[in-house]
Amino acid sequence: MSLSPVEGVALAEIESDGGMGEPAAKGVVGRSPGQLAWLRLRRDRTAVVSGVLLVFFMVLGLSAPLIEVVYGVGPREQFQNLLDGFGMPLGYAGGVTGDHWFGLEPGLGRDIFIRLIYGLRTSLFIAFAAALITATIGIGLGALAGYLGGWLDAVINWITDLTLAMPFLIIALALTPTITLRFYGERGQVSSAFGVGVLIAVFAIFGWTSTARLVRGQVIALREREFVEAAKASGAGLGHIIFRQLLPNIWAPILVSFSLAVPQFITSEAALSFIGVGLSDETPSFGRMIYDSLDFLQTDPAYVFFPGITIFALVFAFNLFGDALRDALDPKSSR
Amino acid sequence: MDSSEPSPSGEPDDRPAVPAQRSDQDAYLRVSDLRVRFDTADGVVRAVDGVSFAVERGRTLGIVGESGSGKSVTSLAILGLHDPKRTTITGEISVGGRQVVGLPDEEVRRLRGRDMAMIFQDPLSALHPYYTVGRQIAEAYRVHHPKANRREARQRAVDMLDRVGIPQPARRFDQYPHEFSGGMRQRAMIAMSLVNDPALLIADEPTTALDVTVQAQILDLLADLQAEFHSAIILITHDLGVVGQVADDVLVMYGGRAIERGSVQQVLRSPQHPYTWGLLSSVPSLHGDADADLVPIPGNPPSLINLPSGCAFHPRCRYADRAGSRSRSEVPELRPAGDDGHLVACHLSAEDRAAFYAEDIARVGVAV
Amino acid sequence: MTDEPLLRVRGLTKHFPVRQGLRATGLVRAVDGLDFDVRPGETLGLVGESGCGKTTTGRMLVRLLEPTSGSIEFAGRDITHAGRRELRPLRQELQIIFQDPYASLNPRHTVGRIVAMPLQVNGINPPGGIKARVQELLELVGLNPEHYNRYPHEFSGGQRQRIGIARALALRPKLIVADEPVSALDVSIQAQVVNLLRDLQRELGLAFVFIAHDLAVVRHFCQRVAVMYLGRIVEIGDRADIYERPQHPYTRALLSAIPDVTQLGPAGRIRLTGDVPTPLDPPSGCRFRTRCWKAQDVCATEEPALVARDGGNQATACHFPEPARAALQAEAAVVGAEPAGRGVEANVEEVSS
Repeated sequence: MSLSPVEGVALAEIESDGGMGEPAAKGVVGRSPGQLAWLRLRRDRTAVVSGVLLVFFMVLGLSAPLIEVVYGVGPREQFQNLLDGFGMPLGYAGGVTGDHWFGLEPGLGRDIFIRLIYGLRTSLFIAFAAALITATIGIGLGALAGYLGGWLDAVINWITDLTLAMPFLIIALALTPTITLRFYGERGQVSSAFGVGVLIAVFAIFGWTSTARLVRGQVIALREREFVEAAKASGAGLGHIIFRQLLPNIWAPILVSFSLAVPQFITSEAALSFIGVGLSDETPSFGRMIYDSLDFLQTDPAYVFFPGITIFALVFAFNLFGDALRDALDPKSSR
Repeated sequence: MDSSEPSPSGEPDDRPAVPAQRSDQDAYLRVSDLRVRFDTADGVVRAVDGVSFAVERGRTLGIVGESGSGKSVTSLAILGLHDPKRTTITGEISVGGRQVVGLPDEEVRRLRGRDMAMIFQDPLSALHPYYTVGRQIAEAYRVHHPKANRREARQRAVDMLDRVGIPQPARRFDQYPHEFSGGMRQRAMIAMSLVNDPALLIADEPTTALDVTVQAQILDLLADLQAEFHSAIILITHDLGVVGQVADDVLVMYGGRAIERGSVQQVLRSPQHPYTWGLLSSVPSLHGDADADLVPIPGNPPSLINLPSGCAFHPRCRYADRAGSRSRSEVPELRPAGDDGHLVACHLSAEDRAAFYAEDIARVGVAV
Repeated sequence: MTDEPLLRVRGLTKHFPVRQGLRATGLVRAVDGLDFDVRPGETLGLVGESGCGKTTTGRMLVRLLEPTSGSIEFAGRDITHAGRRELRPLRQELQIIFQDPYASLNPRHTVGRIVAMPLQVNGINPPGGIKARVQELLELVGLNPEHYNRYPHEFSGGQRQRIGIARALALRPKLIVADEPVSALDVSIQAQVVNLLRDLQRELGLAFVFIAHDLAVVRHFCQRVAVMYLGRIVEIGDRADIYERPQHPYTRALLSAIPDVTQLGPAGRIRLTGDVPTPLDPPSGCRFRTRCWKAQDVCATEEPALVARDGGNQATACHFPEPARAALQAEAAVVGAEPAGRGVEANVEEVSS
């Protein structure tokens, strides 16, 4: 096809861009909405600080075995010789020394630092896995319900309401021991992977509803938009419309809800472990450590302090980062 | 605009521009050198930059411009409906002899509704969905007539609904906005604006959301009401046809500045600014050669954050070269052009404009 | 231009059920029995006020909405209820341009991806590759092909509308349904887009169904015009006939209601009272009768058929159509002598929803 006769007008239009001094973004070719959000995120000091802190925690958690090698102490090693006759660590602040940076556990005499590192790994793994699974289920069901509507929407909504109506804590309390019993019997040694798996499953069953509702609402708002109709008019199928047209426009809220779900799962894991339906003592985890440390609140406060402060810092950083992410992705909501 | 003629016409073009003065004393609304600036994250927006005009009671001023021309901001500044934290307003706005700029909020609020009122483009967003239409009109009345009791206010509201041509006004009084059709809602909105007999009525795109047959009704209604209440009306619109139908005077705005001003006859019949020419020749008409190409204005309306230097229109102006580098370096001021009271802000000489107009625009057969 | 129509629409109807809970409480007769043809390369304007069903019609033509009854034939094939797979080959020949240049482009996609979408969805790999084809299209609609990688938010309204046009052209369609393509644009930009569409139409020999409420724009674009009122066509004919010799009272009222820059002061002689009645419960007989100054008893009982008079191309659905041209001029002279609005002032009761 040849150049159209309107070329002159259009070129004038394009050239006039520069002359009219549109905002600076015009000069840079192809800045996607995602890139713009990234720029805003980088300008936000809270986001940068909390982001760096999160990366630091994640690196710590991922490199736990490596740290064990360098640190020279394993999570299950017991240092009974460093405890006094009552099982309390010798020395100041719960036995903090050059060898045991955060001191030792009263009773068993395990190293708190390396157990924290492994606990961090467990908690992050559970939280991320649960968040990923809930997001996937939520996106899938939400997008289908929102886009297709009709009876499917009604059924999915009904399931969502049902799930929300179930008391999470009671079912978790009842379900976890039952499942464990069913697989391992009365005396079987429960593997730590199994405990982790059960926790993730429990979170996944209960956690997808908010994402599903979020996605459903967003999809309903978008599905009547003309760009979706343009795709339909070109003969696009369901997959193309959901994955290519709709989802790219709702990544922002999904990402925000994901980044806020992770810390929620971290605290939930800690809470479940704390009330005893979570992980066994074998698997190092925050909840378990805090639960164990409470007996020594008076006598060895350092034991409570280190896991407590770590979980606080982790969750706080996640929440700050989630909020900063929301501001960056949707600058209008913040002002 | 009789009231805003600068000074006797016929003076040479290079005389410094004079803002509206002469008999402005008897104009009900007088705006001179109005400047409105917003501070935004992206920079300072000069939404209105030195605009002057006056409107007498009983006359209608049409303000024409595209999106971002500053036409709506001007009206909001007159009504004092701006966010004082982000907005800086300088210049003078005098309503019925009272200076509005710098007046405490409380006093502007008292002027609003009683002395001046606004009709919005979208009556649905201006009417509260949870209250009946009648109650909202009655409330608007009672705000400025605290002594009026409920029955009097209701009677007044019903009278107003009747006056704007809503059938069965007593029954309609108790209905909610969503029960009204689009045209009815705009009528109700007008009734609410007029309930306190304001001397100045500002209508911001009052018919843009309506169908043509309903638009015609509303424009007729406004004209009737003006004849009856002798109010001054500012009609803000992008539609030159509407302006031609109801306005007495026209102000054309571009990039926050007034670029042409005069009577409707002057501006639409012998337009002086290339932008006004462009508007006229790009609007499709029911008359003339249907097969002739429209003559569009190239380019896009400018961004107010980063206005082109000099004449804001120069990047889109076909004749900018003719004015030389001045078009890029110097902001043209409103000067008398041709007839009495006709002002234009353009660097081109009167002869050039006449020649270009005759050659390029009048030939196309628009705006005879 | 051959006589075989590219698009043949017969009795096209769309009723939307109104539900309260699960019970259907009413029926919105958005479109109620349309008949029209569009020949190859022809431009048909579909005009009317809001609620007349013009947009619903456009959506049915490109099968974004399922017709309730009636038939749509495109290039000799019945596509009224064709499924997605059957439609696929026809999709390429039948495209749509939308009204809102902000909603019609996916904000997360680059311009290149937006324009390439129809090609990719249909698995078409044009010679020279998709990118080359997209750049060619961008150039065709007057955009800089280098802007391939930019995002919609970096463009102005007029440029966005050009992108939407390029997308519609990607599959080399024969017919484009343009749904109010310029009404969301600034006046100075409207003319650019109208001229572009006109040039493309002539150059590529496209047929258009041009949906608009602005009769002046339609006059500059369309060879034939259909005027719709409450889901029905009240008048259809060649441009010159519709604009210069309108036979239906509604067409006349519509034309005289348009404020025209070429006429200063309170112009127009015909003022309709009231609003368009609700399509939930349209008036019996002739749907325009409640606002018509010529309405008689017969109008309430008998629905006028859309028929051509004097063997011409112009068909009107009215019991009392305007007479031929000469008579009309005589009447206009009489009416024009009177003060505005007196001559044919409608003495009709107010109608509203």
